[in-house]
Amino acid sequence: MKRRSLPLWFTSAVLYLFLYAPIAVVVLYSFNAARFGAGWKGFTTKWYGALLADSQALAAAKTTLLLAVFSTAISTTLGTLLAYGLARYRFSGKKIAEQFLYLPVFVPDIVMAIALLLFFAWLRRWLEFFELGLFTMVLAHVTFQIPFVCIVVRSRLAELDPTIEEAARDLGANAWQTFRHVTLPMMVPGVVAGALLAFTLSLDDFIVSFFTSGPGSTTLPILIYSSVKRGVTPDINALSTLLLLASIVGTISVMLFQPAKTPKNLPS
Amino acid sequence: MPGNRDNEVQFGETLTRRGHLVRSAITSGPGLLWLTLFLLVPLLAMVGISFLTRGMYGQIQWPPTLENYRRLIGFGSFGFDPLYPFLFLRSLGLGALTTVLSVLAGFPLAFFVATLPGRLKTVAVTLVVVPLWTNLLVRTYAWQILLAPEGWLSQLAATLRMVPPGTPLYPGPFAVALGMLCDFLPFMVLPLYASLEKLDWSIVDAAADLGASPVQSLWHALLPQVRPGLIAGSLLVFLPATAQFVIPDLLGGAKTALLGSAIQQQFGPSRDWPFGCAIATSALLLVLAGIRLHARYRGRKGEAL
Repeated sequence: MKRRSLPLWFTSAVLYLFLYAPIAVVVLYSFNAARFGAGWKGFTTKWYGALLADSQALAAAKTTLLLAVFSTAISTTLGTLLAYGLARYRFSGKKIAEQFLYLPVFVPDIVMAIALLLFFAWLRRWLEFFELGLFTMVLAHVTFQIPFVCIVVRSRLAELDPTIEEAARDLGANAWQTFRHVTLPMMVPGVVAGALLAFTLSLDDFIVSFFTSGPGSTTLPILIYSSVKRGVTPDINALSTLLLLASIVGTISVMLFQPAKTPKNLPS
Repeated sequence: MPGNRDNEVQFGETLTRRGHLVRSAITSGPGLLWLTLFLLVPLLAMVGISFLTRGMYGQIQWPPTLENYRRLIGFGSFGFDPLYPFLFLRSLGLGALTTVLSVLAGFPLAFFVATLPGRLKTVAVTLVVVPLWTNLLVRTYAWQILLAPEGWLSQLAATLRMVPPGTPLYPGPFAVALGMLCDFLPFMVLPLYASLEKLDWSIVDAAADLGASPVQSLWHALLPQVRPGLIAGSLLVFLPATAQFVIPDLLGGAKTALLGSAIQQQFGPSRDWPFGCAIATSALLLVLAGIRLHARYRGRKGEAL
């Protein structure tokens, strides 16, 4: 059986084109002078200028960024601790806890979103600060970020050589010193990769934000959705291009920080 | 023998069972508590509310009832109405269609990637994944531009007589299928690629040597080896595709109601939260059943090998 043939090359090229066509067209049209329709009316950067003058877009950008920063900070802390605890310590019911941990990965986001919406509505009967807004969105985002941070950090922990920590103890370091000066520095690439992944997930989320946001807390994806529903305005292409750029920069950073299979500074 | 392992030395440390418990509580405790509070409790509340009644003004009230589920299977207050059973079937149909399209497109692509030499292979896999990291909304509305009546794709389709001239490709089922495939294809390619990567080519070669035609060796020697990837990929595509909201909403036009849009409807305009909870609970059960089935399949395979 021939393994690489011309039809296969051609099919794959078409499929790659298919995957990238939507991204390319949004970037291209953000420079299109036409106000309406899909025709090409010449090159312009005016939509980017219009975006900077659009107070709604700027407010949404601010909310999106604050949401991503706060939720990433919380989920990275909790997810890293969780990964460390699950990798190192035993307790009864750990198997069930581990299965439960990956639930947010599988639960459809719309189901999770409405469950949280209900929960916040119920909490509001006693606690006013569960009013829908940035705060509730942060709580919701942390919930879907924790498992992803935990998975990434755990895969890093699994690659670490336990003899290094044992050597630290043999050389007289106590448990805390070993953690602080040996384990933690070795974990850092995994933690950074996990944080970047959480940040990108928050940036790209639409459904969960849509249901847990309040009137004064529109994120960029929600703004894009409502603009598309009303009929696309060209500066939405510019906005989307910037969002694409942010996601891709985030992704590349994740890959750069993604732990290598074997630590380079150690003889294998 | 858990008793014997209590004082086992791990990472240069000796810990009793109690020590393990205390340190677990400090490290794993906060994260697990968070997920219990903001995931488990809300999901259980959702299941609970699905058995309650909608009040006159859209509030949630007693008495407990099975009415929401009766309505879901078609027995509403006005006799038999197949609206919701059909809605479920349509959503499952969309999930199935997306899965089939993803297999048809994903298999050649995964095959291509897996047969590339070393470094190129890494680049090719990365290129499949990168679109996933960009915003789904943006990628979806891009198809509105690509499939616009005056766009070149529509004109190409009309010129090739694939559709009568002047037929818009968007909105409609074609646009939804294309948007779904574009979004879910990477989820099929990745597990398929992982299986093809480990493929034992000698079996395929042996089949060919023994006189099998290319189709026969594909079917009998190659396909059985990639079955785990095929099943994992189908699960990764089918389950989320069934509950997809954004793509049908932006590309399908207003006519066809699906699971996602029906849930949104109950929490938005209709304000029937208990019924919305019943739809969401059914969607959740569907997903959990799918995962359970897959876990059992994998478990069986594990024992056999």
